[in-house]
Amino acid sequence: MNAASKFAGANDRPMVQVIDAHKSFGAFEILKGINLSVNKGQIVAIIGPSGSGKSTLLRSINHLEALNKGEVWVDGIQVNRPLTGHAFEQHINSVRQRMGMVFQHFNLFPHMTVGENVTVGPIKLRKMPAARARDLAMELLGKVGLQDKYDAYPSRLSGGQKQRVAIARALAMEPSVMLFDEATSALDPELVDEVNLVMKQLASEHMTMIIVTHEMRFASEVADRVLFMDGGIVVEEGPPSEIFSNPRMDRTRTFLKKHLAG
Amino acid sequence: MDFGLMARIFPFFLEAALVTIELSLLSLALGLTVAAVITMFRLSRLRTLRAIGTLYVSLMRGTPCLIQLFILYFGGPQIGINLSPFAAGAIGLGMNIGAYMAEAMRGAILAVDRGQTEAARVLGFSRFETMRIVVLPQAAKLMIRPLGVNAVALVKGTALVSTISVVDLTYTAQRFIGSTYKPFEIFAVAAILYMAMIYALSKVVDFLDRRYAAA
Ligand SMILES: Nc1ncnc2c1ncn2[C@@H]1O[C@H](COP(=O)(O)OP(=O)(O)OP(=O)(O)O)[C@@H](O)[C@H]1O
Ligand SMILES: [Mg+2]
Repeated sequence: MNAASKFAGANDRPMVQVIDAHKSFGAFEILKGINLSVNKGQIVAIIGPSGSGKSTLLRSINHLEALNKGEVWVDGIQVNRPLTGHAFEQHINSVRQRMGMVFQHFNLFPHMTVGENVTVGPIKLRKMPAARARDLAMELLGKVGLQDKYDAYPSRLSGGQKQRVAIARALAMEPSVMLFDEATSALDPELVDEVNLVMKQLASEHMTMIIVTHEMRFASEVADRVLFMDGGIVVEEGPPSEIFSNPRMDRTRTFLKKHLAG
Repeated sequence: MDFGLMARIFPFFLEAALVTIELSLLSLALGLTVAAVITMFRLSRLRTLRAIGTLYVSLMRGTPCLIQLFILYFGGPQIGINLSPFAAGAIGLGMNIGAYMAEAMRGAILAVDRGQTEAARVLGFSRFETMRIVVLPQAAKLMIRPLGVNAVALVKGTALVSTISVVDLTYTAQRFIGSTYKPFEIFAVAAILYMAMIYALSKVVDFLDRRYAAA
């Protein structure tokens, strides 16, 4: 467990709170009443079998998926406020700036250089002067070890480098919480560590993070709390030591038996 | 083959070819504009606009271009639209090709990975900014080829305006048959000039594609 968890207890208002989240795609109910609360500086890992709704939950936090029922709160603001039309559009665009998201497939903008990828948000959305945005991007790229790639195009980068740029791009908006959806599962095995390392560094800086992952070892190293999801519900949650060494539920045990082996 | 005749009529045909080129450029400009508007309609969040866009495309693509030109030129005056043959030709062709170009544009926009839109939206960009900053620059590259194909079809399609008495290349060729009785030579000259235009156009498309769509 890392230092952030001690920090987290100090503030009792959760940074992220999901209340009774329900989501259906057509006739299929994918989220069946999820509750989740993440304190400032806390790191929560979400694990579970394919199709259990992990991505859907993560994506509903920044409203890439609209919940059918339930509430999402981030940094004291309700994300899925019952607004419509233009008012909602404005609300969601501003609240999304508080959340960074990192995707499995990086989704860097291929027509922009690395530097432009990182600065486009601060310049266009936060109206940051170009020179300051450049400094910020340089600092963040330095942090992920890619300062020398400032002028390169994404097509020139390895998967691990792309993902580190994607993390820098998200950080450039100075978010209150970072969401990771299987950030390393599209990477060649030898490139996984360089991305994990960056995430660990963020953890040590008390970034609030929600991490969907299938890497049990990484989850146990970095997370303060682990959520095991299956069939659209949270089956079990607790500190990694409990979930991984001493799970209470049969479903958790069966899942872990399959996944800890590898 | 009467090469002498071909040489003699060539200057007249060059002039007519200029009309065809003018007509092509005008209807291309109109077509691109119509296509941009229709594409915006079809990707709109408003159902009514989407319906209008879809209706437009299916009407224009679902009926012969010749009939559209006849409706505009011969039918127009009945509802108070009086256009010169050239104007009717340019507008009719432009509106027609606009529907095809709208398909090309929409296809290119939809071909941009959804992840691109999501990545922009989660940063906090609006739908409009996402389109302008992230999607369109990528879609533009994908559009060059298909729009080029449409432009070639447009140039060939201009021959239709000869039926509403625009003095274009095809019309001029037909006019010369009466005085020479050598349709083979006459249409061969017309064909050579069409080919030259289309060759030049395809070179332009190649250039744009190499310049903007590479890598
Ligand atoms: N947009 C969508 N439309 C219809 N069904 C969807 C959509 N998105 C997800 N689903 C379905 O919802 C279920 C849960 O998907 P989700 O992506 O949340 O699972 P997951 O736990 O992230 O799985 P994985 O580990 O494979 O990423 C799956 O059965 C999926 O097919
Ligand atoms: Mg997933």
